This record gives sequence, structure tokens and C-alpha cells, in this order.
Amino acid sequence: MRVRPLRDVPAWLKVAVLAGLTLQIAWSSLQPAPRATAEDLPRPPSSQVLRLAALGEPIAAAKLLMLYIQAFDYRAGTHIPYRKLNYDALIGWLGRILELDPRGQYPLWSAARLYAEVPDKVRQRKMLDFIYREYFVDPNRRWPWLAQATVIAKHELKDLPLAKEYAVALQQNTTDPNAPLWVKQMVPFILADMGELEQARILIGGLIASGQVRDKRDAELLKQRLADIEARLKKKQR
Amino acid sequence: MSILPIARITLLEVARSRLAWLIGAVFLVSLAMAGFLQQVALIEAREIQVAIIAALLRACAVFFLVLFVVMSVVREANDKFFELVLSQAMPRAGYLLGKFVGVAAAAALIALVMSVPVALFAPLARVPAWTLSLFCELLIMAAVSLFCVLTFTHVLTAMSAAAGFYLLARSIAALQIIAATSDQTVPLAPRLADWFIRGVALVMPRLDQMTQTGWLTNASPDPAALASILAQTVIYVALILAAALFDLYREDL
Repeated sequence: MRVRPLRDVPAWLKVAVLAGLTLQIAWSSLQPAPRATAEDLPRPPSSQVLRLAALGEPIAAAKLLMLYIQAFDYRAGTHIPYRKLNYDALIGWLGRILELDPRGQYPLWSAARLYAEVPDKVRQRKMLDFIYREYFVDPNRRWPWLAQATVIAKHELKDLPLAKEYAVALQQNTTDPNAPLWVKQMVPFILADMGELEQARILIGGLIASGQVRDKRDAELLKQRLADIEARLKKKQR
Repeated sequence: MSILPIARITLLEVARSRLAWLIGAVFLVSLAMAGFLQQVALIEAREIQVAIIAALLRACAVFFLVLFVVMSVVREANDKFFELVLSQAMPRAGYLLGKFVGVAAAAALIALVMSVPVALFAPLARVPAWTLSLFCELLIMAAVSLFCVLTFTHVLTAMSAAAGFYLLARSIAALQIIAATSDQTVPLAPRLADWFIRGVALVMPRLDQMTQTGWLTNASPDPAALASILAQTVIYVALILAAALFDLYREDL
């Protein structure tokens, strides 16, 4: 198609295009920016409805939904993010997204690294419980998030029985050879923190004797920890 | 005035293009679907019927209108109709505005007909706002499809561009929300996407705010929201028609 030079376009039309564009930009600028506030997060629909809406692309829908959900109550630079978010609805959405894409790691990563790190113990517990339940669906893929949950339960919630429950689940269900040893061996350390020194001593001693610990530094660390526990036991017995 | 004959020819073409048959078929399909939904829904049967039928009719109305505009202009280009019109000493603006007026009249008819099945299931008082908003949405899409077909001149590219525009306009708010979560504390690169989306949003109409199903199932929009939709329609249609005319004046026939 041949094109005539710009000078052939009437001046009034050039002005009209520029004026229209300016008006549109001004109008758009005056409109409030779309924002996903905490109150806007609805309850999730059923997974069947989501599958229908995904039009045969459940994985793409899951990825897109995850990006959308994470925008709710997000404020860059705020000190207390997600404080107004309805965690029951949020957990519902995360669960639905996992149903759409069970191999996806984003929902559990968000649960462990974003939503479970809020300074609100009730919300933290809800999110840790969600991670714990979802872990059993695919332990060998989802262990990193339960390991993170265990750390949060132990250090932030200071709830050692809860941390022990998670650590026992990790120990009994994670068979992934790529999982680091500490993930499966958190139980004795938590027991030691709980004051159950005898049990901790037996478990660590058994672990060293089993020969599972091949890394020299890990083995040294375990021996050091065992020596500490034995010293505490002796002190206790006196 | 040269606009009216072209508008009349366009309306005649609408009447002869079997668009009415197509709309009638969608009308019947929506009624059949309503009957089916009535049977399968355990609760909120009315709301489910209204929501699904309204969404279906809205999408069909936009699709039919865009398809008609693109096919009509391409056919006229193939038949050398445009050259014939210009040989009658008619200004290019007359042709474009006449075409748009004809298509706008067709859009009004389509919006009215599409509102009939909705009115059968939704509270009557809520239907006029929905219909008016659908008409505004159709006007914007009519202008955009005219612009696309005059710019790209082929059915495939023009339809793809119009469809892409529609999807983007319907999802730009969601994209803005997602992009706004980019890490604001780190330097430039991750924030570019946010700035880019904000820039695109400035020149897009917010079609996601138009013709909302919630107006039928929950509550009618307030007058300010409707006024905002009307203002956006006027501004955007004027901009796109000016851009389309700009392209038309640059074409060397």
C-alpha cells in the first residue's frame, strides 16, 4: 500500500488526533488506579468452576491466578503487609491454585515466605497448618515449605510441640534423595530444645552410628551437638 | 450532507448480511441455555441464568459487530467502493463518519435486541443501564475495528488486532494490579514492566468497568459511574475516529 506524505493530512486532523490523545490520557490519569484491597478478595469458587473458566489451560490459569492473588493487600514498602487479608479466603484460593497445578511451587512458596511471615500469630498458624496439610499430597516436592514452616514454628511462634510435629512429618515422609539431611533430622534438635535430652541423645547417636551422615562438616556438627547434650545430661543428673 | 447516504448504505448492508439471523440464533441459544441452567442449578437459579446469558450475549454482540465492520470494509475495498465514493467528490471524512454512523445505528439495534433475553430473567429496572453500557462498549469496538481494518486492510490482521485490543482493554486493570506488585525497592529494571503497563493503560478504555453482570444480579450502577462510561465513550470514539481518519488521509489510492 502506498502512503501519502504527512503534509497531505489536513492540519485540523493532526490537531484532532493530538487533542484526542491528550484528552484520553488526561481522562485516564484522573481515574483512580485499580487496586486490589484486602476487602476485595472474595471466597474462591469451586475447583470445577475454575477448571471450566480455565478453558482447558489449568496450569496457565493457576499461574495467572497466583500473580493476581498476591496483589491483594500488597503495598510496596509497608511495614505490616497482608494485615487486613482474610486468611481463610486466601488459603481457599491457594488450595484451589494447587488443585489446578499440583506441581506448581508458587502457592506454597508464597504461603511459607510471604503469608506465614506476617507479625500476627493467628494468621501465621493458619498458614502453617495449610502448608502442613498440603505437604502430605506430595512430600518429596513440597518438603522445602514444611521445613520453612518448622523453622517459623520453632523460632517465631516459639511453639516447640508444633515444630516437632512438622519435623516428625518431614522425617517420616520425605524420601527425596536430594533433600538435605538436616531437613529429615530436625527432630532431635527440637527435642533437645524442649528439654527431652535423653531422647535427643539417642536419636543423634543413632544417626551418627547409622553412617547416613557422609559430609564431614555435618558429622562434626552432630558430634558437637551430641557432646553438648551429654554435658547437659550430666549436669542435670548431678 | 455526505454522511447520511453512507450510513444508510451501511444499515442496508446490515439488514442484508443475515446478521439478524445470527442474532436470532444467539437469542434462541440463550433461551435454551437459560432453560438448561434452570434445570441444573440447585440455588440462585435466576442469578446463574442472568450472569451466564448476559456474559454470552455481551461477547456475541461485540464479536458480531467487529466481524461485520471488518468484512464490510474489506468487501468495499475489494469492490473499489471507496474509490467510487471519492470520485463523487465526497471527502474522506464523510465516508468514515457515514460508515461509523451506520455501524453505530446497527450497534444500537444489537444492544437493544441483546437486552431482550436479559430482561426476561433480570429485574427490569436494572436492564436499561446494562443496555446503555453495552451500546457504549459496542461504539468503542466499532470505532476500533474501523481503525484496525483501515490500517491493516486484511481480514485476518484486522480481526486479530481488534480481538487483541478487546482482550487487553478487558484485562488492563488486572494487569495493572499484577504489575504494581513488582519490587519497588530495587532499581530500574523490575519496575519497567509496571511503568510500561501504566503507560498502556493511559491510552486504553477500561472495558472491564462497562456492562458489568453485577449490575443485573446485585445492584444498578450509580449515575456517576454511568456518566463516566458515557464520557469515556465520547472521548475514546473521537480519538479512534480521528486516528482512523488520519490513516485514511495518508492512503494513496
